[in-house]
Amino acid sequence: MIEARNLTKKYGDKTAVNDLSFTAQPGIITGFLGPNGAGKSTTMRMILGLDAPTSGSVTVGGKPYAEHAKPLQVVGALLEARAVHTSRSAYNHLLALAATHGIARGRVDDVIEMVGLQDVARKRAGGFSLGMGQRLGIASALLADPETLILDEPVNGLDPEGIRWVRDLLKGLAAEGHTIFVSSHLMSEMALTADHVIVVGRGRLMADMPMSELIAQASSNVVVVRSPQATALAKALAGKDVTVTSTEQNTLEINGLTAAQIGDRALELNISLHELSSKQASLEEAFMEMTRDEVEFHASTPDDDHTLRSAA
Amino acid sequence: MSTATLDRPRASTSSVHVEPVTQRRVLNSEWIKMRSLRSTGLTLLAAVVAMIAIGWIVGWATNAHWATQRPDEIASFNPISNSLNGYHLAQLAVGVLGVLLVSGEYATGMIRATFQSVPTRLPVLWAKAALYAGVTFVLMLVASFAAFLGGQQFLGTHGTSLSASGAVQDIFGVTGYLTLIGIFAVALGFIIRSTAGGIATLFGLLLVLPGIGLVLPTSWQANTLPYLPSNAGASMFSPQTAVGSLSAGAGLVVLVTWVVAALAGAAVLVKRRDA
Repeated sequence: MIEARNLTKKYGDKTAVNDLSFTAQPGIITGFLGPNGAGKSTTMRMILGLDAPTSGSVTVGGKPYAEHAKPLQVVGALLEARAVHTSRSAYNHLLALAATHGIARGRVDDVIEMVGLQDVARKRAGGFSLGMGQRLGIASALLADPETLILDEPVNGLDPEGIRWVRDLLKGLAAEGHTIFVSSHLMSEMALTADHVIVVGRGRLMADMPMSELIAQASSNVVVVRSPQATALAKALAGKDVTVTSTEQNTLEINGLTAAQIGDRALELNISLHELSSKQASLEEAFMEMTRDEVEFHASTPDDDHTLRSAA
Repeated sequence: MSTATLDRPRASTSSVHVEPVTQRRVLNSEWIKMRSLRSTGLTLLAAVVAMIAIGWIVGWATNAHWATQRPDEIASFNPISNSLNGYHLAQLAVGVLGVLLVSGEYATGMIRATFQSVPTRLPVLWAKAALYAGVTFVLMLVASFAAFLGGQQFLGTHGTSLSASGAVQDIFGVTGYLTLIGIFAVALGFIIRSTAGGIATLFGLLLVLPGIGLVLPTSWQANTLPYLPSNAGASMFSPQTAVGSLSAGAGLVVLVTWVVAALAGAAVLVKRRDA
């Protein structure tokens, strides 16, 4: 259970996190979604007491993280930036972390096996690939079998098999009653994992709702119509709750009517249709729409939606 | 939050046995960290070798060239400090490693994992300083004895023995000096956080400031130079000839003050700064 209240973090005159309030509940996976630079990592560091909030507060399990006697048992975390000494072996890294909480060596072996690093555990962590580094980070997060897991972009650098493994792991832990708080800048990844989603843009809360609701909201249909008599049709269809936009000559995008309603109406008016199709907005588009004005680093390519979508 | 949530039994009865974080456990963790980096062993070995080898070589050279020494050199000759000259080099190795034990964690991001497991942070500072002090003290004590005993052999007829007045005191003095420099370096590491900056600051304080100080008007020198960490520390084990030099005890007090001030500054910054 994570509770953030009016969390704000300023670096000089730049506000990284702006009056953010949310709750991550136990038993579900809460997705923390936002474009790069939206303040996700800063928020996570504040939860862990690594960064102090400028104002506001955040608690885990009812107390600030630093006030817990066994902090690693309360929260296990994988942060985006690596948190491993490059010259130390994965095994010794985990052993040193375990020692602070009197955790036995056997548990270190267990988590190494759990993330599949047995073969490289005695090698320098500096030589690890991105994927192996993520696995080591997940192993440290699981070390004390924490109630809450905080993972910053956990599937970064993982192969498809690794991504599935993380997804299944998180779902399993959530089903056992753990609180899972996982960030991503990819809506598609969140759609497959998260039960609840918190969307941030430029440090501000954009949405806080069940994933199913976000999907329903995103599915508001737009119908595309092509007709030689588009202007006449547009006039006939206009009404309350209906928006008609013309994107190019003889083409209309209609919001608020189903394709069937439009087709019937056209038949009544004896207007010929050259195209009648439903266009369902993807989740990714809904997310882009929501955060459009909040993206910190805007690429100014005319088609950047498209590029991002295919990258996802 | 409702108490119902707080008292909610843990979802899965965890089979992992977890104890509260204590200073002793943090010491244990830091000990594992210190042992598991190859640079620790190599740098400490360099300090030991520097201490012993220079003591022996200087002893041999002094003895071999005794006939060509000037009378004033012979007059001020002290066989004890002659053998402990390796501290000049050993302090660099000890200082570099002290900074590196901390700055290495900041450079690699390890510090975030460290402060996640010990979010109160200060136990990490105390543990690193105490462990490093312990390790440095033991190794440098052994090295100083070896430097002295071997050095006296190399000095031949000009040498002395452990029973000589001040011999044991100076050996402990030089060991104490190197240990305090080690702690000072750890504190600097926490204050500066970068390896290059930390080492530059340490060397600046130990090596450069005394040189710059010599340019000051003579009347100022007496009020400043003896209080620099290197000069104050040197009073602990080698006879000081400069104006206003401190006694061994006063030198110890001044150097300890430097170290305590650095630790206090480190503690405040470690608590206050974002990791």
